[in-house]
Amino acid sequence: MSLTYLDAIREAQARALEEDPRVFIYGQDVGPFGGAFKATKSLAERFPGRVMDAPISEDAMLGLAVGAAISGMRPIIEVQFADFSTVALNQIVNQAATLYWRTKVPCPVTIRLPAGGTSGSGPFHSQCPEALYAHYPGLVVLTPATVEDAYSMLLEAVAIDDPVIFCEHKYLYYHLKAERLPDEAMPVGKARIARAGRDLTVVAYSAMVHEALAVADELASEGTEIEVVDLRSVKPLDTDTIMASVARTGRLLCVGEAWPWGGVTAEVVARVASEGFGLLDAPPQRLNAKDTPVPYHPNLWAAHRPTARRIAMAARNLLRS
Amino acid sequence: MAYRLVEPQPKDEVSPGKNACLEAYRYILLARVLDDKFASLYRMGKIHGGVFLGRGQEALSVAAGLALRKGDVFAPLIRDAAGRIAFGEPIVDAVRTYLGSPLGPMRARDGNVHRGRPESGILPMISHLGAMISVVNGVLLANRMKGISGTVGLASIGEGGTSTGAFHEALNQAGVERFPLVVVVANNGYAYSTPNERQLACQTLELKAPGYGFRSHSVDGTDLSACLSVMNVAASEARAGGGPQLVIARLLRLCGHGEHDDAGYVDPRLKESTLGRDCLKVAEHHLMARGWASTQDLAVWREAAVEEVEGVVAQVQREDGPDPYAEEWRALASKHLVDEPPITA
Repeated sequence: MSLTYLDAIREAQARALEEDPRVFIYGQDVGPFGGAFKATKSLAERFPGRVMDAPISEDAMLGLAVGAAISGMRPIIEVQFADFSTVALNQIVNQAATLYWRTKVPCPVTIRLPAGGTSGSGPFHSQCPEALYAHYPGLVVLTPATVEDAYSMLLEAVAIDDPVIFCEHKYLYYHLKAERLPDEAMPVGKARIARAGRDLTVVAYSAMVHEALAVADELASEGTEIEVVDLRSVKPLDTDTIMASVARTGRLLCVGEAWPWGGVTAEVVARVASEGFGLLDAPPQRLNAKDTPVPYHPNLWAAHRPTARRIAMAARNLLRS
Repeated sequence: MAYRLVEPQPKDEVSPGKNACLEAYRYILLARVLDDKFASLYRMGKIHGGVFLGRGQEALSVAAGLALRKGDVFAPLIRDAAGRIAFGEPIVDAVRTYLGSPLGPMRARDGNVHRGRPESGILPMISHLGAMISVVNGVLLANRMKGISGTVGLASIGEGGTSTGAFHEALNQAGVERFPLVVVVANNGYAYSTPNERQLACQTLELKAPGYGFRSHSVDGTDLSACLSVMNVAASEARAGGGPQLVIARLLRLCGHGEHDDAGYVDPRLKESTLGRDCLKVAEHHLMARGWASTQDLAVWREAAVEEVEGVVAQVQREDGPDPYAEEWRALASKHLVDEPPITA
C-alpha cells in the first residue's frame, strides 16, 4: 500500500479525532464534501458532528477556534488556501498568539494552511506565508517536507498547547508517496539531515527540500557532496543542527519558496553569520522566489520560484567562491 | 439613507422589581465611583496609557452582566465596568490591571480595559472591534459539543464596531449555528468622533438582525429598568433555544472616547435630548419615586462604594510593579518549543 502526503494528513486527522474527543475540524467544505483537496474525505461520516462546514468567514473560523480552545477543545481549522489566511490574520496573530502570554490560558489551535505554488495557481492560490506567521510571537510554524512528517507533525501539532501554523505544501500532496505511516518520529523543533555531505550545506524546508535533494544528486555526479538540512519547523528554528552542518561544510546556501525580503532564509543566514561567522569559508547565500506576486502561466511560474536548476547554479557559484 | 432614531418597542419584558433594581443600581454606582477614581488617577499621572470610562452606559452594561449566570461567557468591551462587576469581576482586577500590578489577571502584560479571566467566563478583549464575538461563538460551540446546555454567551460592541468584517462574519456564523448568543450594541452616536451618519448606511441597526438570523430588541439605554427588562428577555430567549439575539440600545457616552478626549464633537442637541440623561440619575429618580430608596440611602451607598474603591486602590498602590528581570518573556505555553535566536535585546 502506498500513501501520499495528502493521505498522511487525512490519516493524522482521523487518528486525532479517534484518540481525542476534544478534537474537531472546522473549515470551508470540510464536511460531507471532504475538503477542496479531500484532506478530510469521509471524516464527517466517521466522526458525526465533529467535522463541520464553516461559512466563508476565515476571521470567524479562527475566532471560533480560539473560543473553543479556551474551553478545552483542540480545534483543527482548515483554511482552504494558505493565501486566504490573511483574512484571519487578526484572529491568528492578535487573538490566538497573544492569549497565553496575556492570560496563562493555553490556546491549542491547529491551523492547516495548504500552501505553496503549483502550476497555474496564480497570485492567490500559491503563497508561502510561513515567515509572516513566524514573525509574530506566540505561534509555532511547521513546514513538513515528507509524508512521514506530514503525518507525525500534524499529530504533534494537535497535541501542542499553542497555536500551530501547519504549512502543508500543495505540490507535495500527490507527488510524494510512502509505503507506510511512521510509528515514531523526530519531535517538532528538530531539523533533519535529509542527506549528508561535506562540501556545502543547503538548508531548505517544505517542497524546496526535494529540489535541494535533486541538486545534491546532480552535483554528486560531479564529485561534490551536498548536505541537505530539512528544517521541518521554521519556528522554532533548529539553529544547532544548522550550525553543526555549516561547521562540517563551511558553506551555506538557504533556499525558500517564499519571497526574498526578510523571512526564513534571511533568518537562517543572519543566525549563521552572527553565531557561526568563523565556520564559514564563503559568504552565506540564500535563494528565494522573485519579489513579485506568484505568476499564473507555467513558464513564468517556473522562473519565479527556486528550481533545481537555479539551486544548482547558486550551489556551483558558492562552491567556486 | 441617513440613520434615524427609532422609539424603543417593548415586547414581552416584565418590569424588574425592587430588589433587581436596587442590586443593579448599586453595581452602577460602584462602577461610576471606580471610573471616577480611574479618571482622577489618570489626571494625576498615575496610570500608564489610556483610561476609558463607561459613564452614561452603565445601565445597559449592568443589565448585560446581570442577565448572565455562572457558566455563561461574557466578552465585555471598553465601557463595561458595571457589567463586569455584575457578572462577578472583583474590582481589584480592574484596579490591578489599570495600575499595572503583576498580581492582576493580566500580570501587567496588558492594561486598562484589556482584562479578563477566560477560565471564569470573562474574555479579555483585544482592541480590534468585532473580534471577540466569534470567540464567544467558539465557547458556545464547545459547550454544545460537551453536551452543556442552558448557557448563554454575550458580547458587547458599539455601533461603530458593527461596521467591521469581524462583526459581520461572527453574527452570520452565530446565525448559521443558532448559537445562544446575545450581542449588545451600545449606539452612543459616535464611534470615537465619527457620527452615525458617517458610520451607518442602514436606516436602523435593528434592520441588521433578520439578515443574520437574529431577533432584535430595542431599548432606551438611559433607563435602567428598561435595560434590565430587555436584556433579561434577550438572554432568556437565547437560553431557551430561541437562537441569537441582537439588542440595540440608544444612549450617549457622557465622557470622551478616553480621558484624553474632550468629546467636543458631540452635538449639543443630543446632550440636551433624553439620550443625554445620566442613567445613574434616572435610576436614582426611579428608585426614589417608587419609595425603594431615600436620599439618605443613596448617600450611604455612595459612601460605601467610595470606601470600597479607595481601599482597593490604596492596597494595589502598595503592590510592587512588574520586574523585567524576573519576567519569563515567553509567549508559548510549550517551553520546549520556544525559539531562541542568537541575540535577544
